[in-house]
Amino acid sequence: MLDVRGLRKVYEGSGRRVEAVRDLTFTVAAGELVCLVGPSGCGKTTLLKCVGGLLEPTAGEVFLAGRRVAGPPPGMAFVFQEYGRSLFPWMRVGENVELPLKQKDLSRPRRRELVADALASVGLADAAGAYPWQLSGGMQQRVAIARALAYEPEVLLMDEPFAAVDAQTRADLEDLVRALWRERGITVLFVTHDIDEAVYLGQRVIVLSASPTVVREQLRIDLPDGRDQVHTRVAPRFAELRTHVYEQIQAAKHGAARVPSKEPQGADTPPTH
Amino acid sequence: MRRLLLRLVLVLALPVVLVAVWWVSSSGSEDVYWPPLRTIVSAFPDVWTGERWRGDVLPSVLRLAAGYALATVVGVALGTVIGSHRRVRAVCEPVLEFLRAVPPPVLVPVIMLFAGIGDTMKVVVIASGCVWPVLLNTVEGVRAVDAVTAETARSYGITGVARLRHVVLPSASPQIFAGLRQALSVGIILMVISEMFAASNGLGFTIVQFQRSFAIPDMWTGILLLGLLGFVLSVLFQLVERRALGWYHGLRAAARRSR
Repeated sequence: MLDVRGLRKVYEGSGRRVEAVRDLTFTVAAGELVCLVGPSGCGKTTLLKCVGGLLEPTAGEVFLAGRRVAGPPPGMAFVFQEYGRSLFPWMRVGENVELPLKQKDLSRPRRRELVADALASVGLADAAGAYPWQLSGGMQQRVAIARALAYEPEVLLMDEPFAAVDAQTRADLEDLVRALWRERGITVLFVTHDIDEAVYLGQRVIVLSASPTVVREQLRIDLPDGRDQVHTRVAPRFAELRTHVYEQIQAAKHGAARVPSKEPQGADTPPTH
Repeated sequence: MRRLLLRLVLVLALPVVLVAVWWVSSSGSEDVYWPPLRTIVSAFPDVWTGERWRGDVLPSVLRLAAGYALATVVGVALGTVIGSHRRVRAVCEPVLEFLRAVPPPVLVPVIMLFAGIGDTMKVVVIASGCVWPVLLNTVEGVRAVDAVTAETARSYGITGVARLRHVVLPSASPQIFAGLRQALSVGIILMVISEMFAASNGLGFTIVQFQRSFAIPDMWTGILLLGLLGFVLSVLFQLVERRALGWYHGLRAAARRSR
């Protein structure tokens, strides 16, 4: 579904040349939930913006369902970390969710239907008439997720969406993402700096190196599909996986080579298709 | 109810005191130029008859409305273009700063040469003064569209006219309204000034006529009426602003509460 090949991004400006992303190649299959995790400042946001067509890569290409991405494609929806700035405060919740659909030439009843359905599936069916700033942070991020769902994307890109909400809300929202992914079968690429979140959410975790970024490791998360905050997080397998990712990231921060000895049993690194 | 009453008292207290001071201190005045307030108030209904409202006040207000509307349209349109393009802004900014620094009243003789001495001249004078605060505030507002807001719009394919209508202009609207508010007071000043040159009717014209014919209490009634007009327009503006920017005041109140 999503195919990233040799992606490289160099920022040039005022005499400084910063290589944020060096060489990234990975794929995301249709219906897969993949988490990208890496040390802070490793160019995760840059990477996601290149994938979403918001930034032009210096080299390399991104393909969505076989078509090359040049500019934001209609098959992708973006959920930003800063929900307060991403939702339009001058529009009510319902209008916020509906606005992108107006660009898609959908009929009015169809738009209404999509908006109502999306809001209901994030548990905000009766918030359509409120303004975003009347809602709590977690609810605002739910609205942003509803807006993305109503857009009916093939791929959902999420850029550290829960970094700015409190821990309990965060757990709820993680479960919401898992539930929506399982219900709707959409493809999700989820960027985070939180190792636990990455292991809890993902079917697969891609560990990135420090900037300039390359793929350090791809790890299949062999936890059962039905996950919950209480049991999954205390499962021995969860602890093993998170410890492994944690060590990889620590090593990445210090620029060390991959730590092969600590690899958990049974973790298979899928080939980079 | 009691809180409403208290607020009313607070709002009215200072005006009442000022009028009372004026009334008492001027009551024994023998000065021709400084007549007792009692005389001014009693002259008011005689001066501002229905015919004067139709013949002088209405034309003034209509010219103000036309000039203000023209300035709004031109200011917002040009400001949006200049604010959205860095190159255009770099080219225009020095010129704009220069033009803005020219006091509009000195343009009246120049504008008279092109636009004659009729209503067109007065409307152009009002518009030429009102346009600057609107234009410059629109430029700033359009330029300051939040980066995440802009990226969100882009990622959802909201471009062109839809972007302008649903994203850029609403986002700039608090700044645009700040400009419109400044423009309103500039407009009232220019309405009066434009009528002091080569005019045959209007509030400014009438006040100058009274002054030249030594009808001093009548002149004072005109000044009172101008003050009242300014007050009424400002209240109307506030009503419109509160409606249009309801979201903005709500957002700011929410931000204050969460801090």
